[in-house]
Amino acid sequence: MLTLLFTIRDVLPILGLIVGFQLLVLRQPIPRLRRVVVGVAYVIIGLALFLVGLDMALFPLGQTMAAQLSDPEFLTGVKNSAPVSSWTSYGWMYCFAGMIGFATTIAEPSLIAVAYKAHEVSAGTIDRLGLRLAVAAGVAVGIALGAFRIVHGSPLYLYILAGYVIVIVQTIFAPRQIIALAYDSGGVTTSTVTVPIVAALGLGLSEAVPGRDPALDGFGLIAFASLFPIISVMGYAQHAAWKNRRRGKKRSKEERHAV
Amino acid sequence: MAEKRHTVTAFSRLAGGRLWSACKDLLPIVLVIVFFQLVVISQPLPNLGEVFWGSILVVLGLGLFVEGLEMALFPIGESLAQALARKGSLLWLLLFAFLLGFSTTIAEPALIAIARQSGEIAAKSNLIESTSIAPYALGLRLSVAISVGVAILIGTLRILRGWPIHYLIIGGYGMVMVMTVFAPPEIIGIAYDAGGVTTSTVTVPLVAALGVGLASIIQGRNPLVDGFGLIAFASLLPMVFVMAYGILIFA
Repeated sequence: MLTLLFTIRDVLPILGLIVGFQLLVLRQPIPRLRRVVVGVAYVIIGLALFLVGLDMALFPLGQTMAAQLSDPEFLTGVKNSAPVSSWTSYGWMYCFAGMIGFATTIAEPSLIAVAYKAHEVSAGTIDRLGLRLAVAAGVAVGIALGAFRIVHGSPLYLYILAGYVIVIVQTIFAPRQIIALAYDSGGVTTSTVTVPIVAALGLGLSEAVPGRDPALDGFGLIAFASLFPIISVMGYAQHAAWKNRRRGKKRSKEERHAV
Repeated sequence: MAEKRHTVTAFSRLAGGRLWSACKDLLPIVLVIVFFQLVVISQPLPNLGEVFWGSILVVLGLGLFVEGLEMALFPIGESLAQALARKGSLLWLLLFAFLLGFSTTIAEPALIAIARQSGEIAAKSNLIESTSIAPYALGLRLSVAISVGVAILIGTLRILRGWPIHYLIIGGYGMVMVMTVFAPPEIIGIAYDAGGVTTSTVTVPLVAALGVGLASIIQGRNPLVDGFGLIAFASLLPMVFVMAYGILIFA
């Protein structure tokens, strides 16, 4: 019941904005009022159900997987062994993090849309499936690297700032038309279902590894997951442009030979 | 009679389309977890029953949520964005842009989730009182929402004035780097994560509609190049604002 009240509070601003602008600024009645009322009820009930399910399923899933894969008994094969702090022992953890990243990204509908647009903008030089694979692999590497960082305990900002430097350098060299699209693709990998699971995974991992503090080390996986697609989209576009240029050069050379 | 048929088709569409696409969000995760439980951990998942029912609630909730958005808010929001862009009153347009960013972010489910987690962790580490979890989480969400509002406002000005996108992005990166130096370490992780969370279910469709609407009205602009980029900027500013919030709260 309390959840329902809170969701009403959360939905109220957007409702007020749209109704207010429609009635007061454009001075037009709301079209199809009945449908709108039903839709708003759906939004409120849906959000409340999602939040209840979040506590029952998504948070526990992330936490349980982190707990199982960082359990000392699972890591060493010895009963009642002490917690493990060496980063080399957490191979399955990185593997799991990477697989979650790859699987959720490759199926993401908004990535399919981005790939389609990139294909169009680049006049066909960018292959749709190739781009999707590149982005999904980028996210997989990103989240696995993020999990490694939590176990290893090195500061998050070093990784992210290094990523920014790469993005800025790529921006200078990447084909112009692809840049805005690449920047926007950073948001496509983090769907509403993925975010809570991945966040809980990071927090659970930072609780299990000795010497890590969840408040300091637990977050950051989502930041990795939204930085790497930008790098891989621009990288893929650069690769496609480079291949195209080489093919062009080769052809002109052959033509010269023929002459 | 016609009314009834309408309800029936609405329901079947909900079951077929929205629920399926919410399932598709969850399915890859379920497959990876099942694979790990069977092959690597070789044990059944603990608390399986609760996770199962919770997943059903998540799929049902997300399906209803998106269906409701598309029935009620997206059509009006999109036509509003277009009408305001065409009307040409800069003040109203900028006010709308700010409020659109703010209010869609407040309703963003993923942000609600991660703000709550951050509050619980901060209380567990004794950074805040356990009674102030809810106000802390709300403060976090408000700073993200204000920052997205400002980002959409600047992004709208960018499209109108034709500023190149990479100046904004590189400027945004610069601000993130500077704030990282001054922000308390406890806020940096959640601040960086907040950037990726703002752009999910509610914000992206409405903001994209605003961007494409604006760019297609202004002559000589390519909506594909100009209309996008709003979302990227909307994921940089939240990092800056959340770090500022951290300075206020922890320092």
